[in-house]
Amino acid sequence: MKIHEYQAKEIFAKYGIPVPEGQMVTEVGDVRRFFEEKGGPVVVKAQIHAGGRGKGGGVKFTPTVEEAEQAAKDIMGMTLITHQTGPEGKLVQRLLVEKAANIDREMYLGFVMDRETSRVAIIASTEGGVEIEKVAAETPEKIIKIWIDPAVGLMPFQAREVCFKLGLEGTAFKGGVKMLQNLYRMFVEEDASMAEINPMIVTKEGEAMALDAKVNFDDNAAFRQKHHVELRDISEEDPLEVEASKFDLNYIKLDGKVGCMVNGAGLAMATMDLIKQCGSEPANFLDVGGSASAEGVENAFRILMSDKDVKCVLINIFGGIVRCDKVANGVVEAIRNIGNVEVPIVVRLEGTNAKEGLEIINNSGLNFHTAQGFADAAKKAADLAEGIGGA
Amino acid sequence: MAILLKEHTKVMVQGLGKEGQFHAEKMLECGTKVVAGIRPGKAGQDVLGIPCFNTVADAKAATGANASIIFVPSPFAADAVMEAIDAELELVVLITEGIPTLDMVKVKNKLKNSKTNLIGPNCPGIITPGVGKMGILPVSIFMPGKCGVISRSGTLTYEVAAQLTAVGIGQSTCIGIGGDPVIGTSHRDALEMFNNDPDTDMVALIGEIGGTDEEIAAEYIKNHMTKPVVAFIAGSTAPKGKRMGHAGAIIAGGKGTAAEKKEALRAAGVAVADSPADVGVTAKRILEG
Repeated sequence: MKIHEYQAKEIFAKYGIPVPEGQMVTEVGDVRRFFEEKGGPVVVKAQIHAGGRGKGGGVKFTPTVEEAEQAAKDIMGMTLITHQTGPEGKLVQRLLVEKAANIDREMYLGFVMDRETSRVAIIASTEGGVEIEKVAAETPEKIIKIWIDPAVGLMPFQAREVCFKLGLEGTAFKGGVKMLQNLYRMFVEEDASMAEINPMIVTKEGEAMALDAKVNFDDNAAFRQKHHVELRDISEEDPLEVEASKFDLNYIKLDGKVGCMVNGAGLAMATMDLIKQCGSEPANFLDVGGSASAEGVENAFRILMSDKDVKCVLINIFGGIVRCDKVANGVVEAIRNIGNVEVPIVVRLEGTNAKEGLEIINNSGLNFHTAQGFADAAKKAADLAEGIGGA
Repeated sequence: MAILLKEHTKVMVQGLGKEGQFHAEKMLECGTKVVAGIRPGKAGQDVLGIPCFNTVADAKAATGANASIIFVPSPFAADAVMEAIDAELELVVLITEGIPTLDMVKVKNKLKNSKTNLIGPNCPGIITPGVGKMGILPVSIFMPGKCGVISRSGTLTYEVAAQLTAVGIGQSTCIGIGGDPVIGTSHRDALEMFNNDPDTDMVALIGEIGGTDEEIAAEYIKNHMTKPVVAFIAGSTAPKGKRMGHAGAIIAGGKGTAAEKKEALRAAGVAVADSPADVGVTAKRILEG
């Protein structure tokens, strides 16, 4: 789960990680009030769930109250396009206004799950404020990487090592060590999957501080992090994906024409791949789950139908423990309940009770296209979506 | 003899709730030696004729069980695996999905220097056709033979196994290693076991986007594998930064794309099928030389 910068900074403050004094605002007028109360210069920052905001014009440094107000007017309500938002961009509905820091140095600090070692890794660099992937690719020697033993946690010597390599001295060194330890404590206690400070700065006054904050949480740990629910901003997510998540369906909206309904994530991905190879594009990723219950199938179908780009639906079910006849009944029932389903539907059933399932499909009186095998199903669906061959 | 799940494997079930019982019954039906169930506080009871014990250690001492399959719900799953590792079971299959990653980090740490092979979590399990299964895989699509199968996915494993069976290629052992970022047995680990197994003469490897497990497997194949490998990588059409169902299936920071993985495998001499419908025929072509 992703959260906003201002939320991440509130969590940082709770864990003793220094952040600039600031306030989240939804009204432009509050930026002027903040400036007048706290004094300038201030920084006005768009709050969206994507990086690269500065380059897209979503972050402005403003020395005067007039400029601050103008920046707030410009940014609030704009559609911000960055390398992480996709070409459609994201609507800015919240701003973070902060007292500008006296920056002496900018660095990078991140905690990530390293899959190769199955450990939490610290990634740090003297190169801050730029894309860390770029630094890693172009100047790998400037990347500091330290792995944390989960049995003992982050040791003080490791925190010192990172800060020495970052070239920190005096109060900034002490503050840096403390920041690392607090960030690790936050990572573990809040079940983060990623925590990134880019840039981490040293101020002219010698304080180590988090100028930016990005935190993602592990969805699997939601059951023991109940307070995270309040941090979710549904307006940042795709409405169809939000709808699907209510029914525990794994759905991701894509740009193509073939709506896909598959049981199992791997088979769902493979189905998308095959549709593309057959000359069309998948409209979505959708895993109805290993059990593929009648209710799940119906909800999935409603979500597929609400995507106006869908020109054909491909149902690809490999029955294992779940029986194909049960799924077939679910599909027929779903379509009868929804009514007026006009797009063609290609059905491929394989595995347990596939024959019985196909009989139900064929005897339903509904307009299904049945397919023999995986390749045939994808070809039929792609052709129907593209209007090829009168299939 | 296959790998991991063999004739001598005696299985206990941790988490004999509704789902655990359903699958325990299916495992018994196909000949798996299920000898014990773990139900803390309910020792002495029977479920499906299987004696229940309070602890893994008790069950091992009383029945000689050397393996465990775990259906315990995600908040308690890490604890259940730790108990099985502590009791020095040879094989643990963790079916549970949705386990917090930081819990798995601790499990993985405990696995080091242990006597246990862990499969999963969030996986369909393992089957040695003709011998038995520990998992939720449908027995009917598998056939005894000499092709090993390793996969991160569930139903895609069934798809591939069914294709292999359809072209007459039986399987020695099929392992679903799971779709999470932190898992026990990796592609590479399983490849090594198949490489050393006299009853396996080829391997089908089914990977997907995310992480570097397939690249590490490719490195192993290049340097050590003496048997032919066919592969498919799911997720060529997946967009960056989106989690495709499995927690582990995500292209992060531009890394972990299907194209990179296919290239690494091809460079290691693997026959990579571009279409998921062609894994069976590709395997057949390789076998017939």
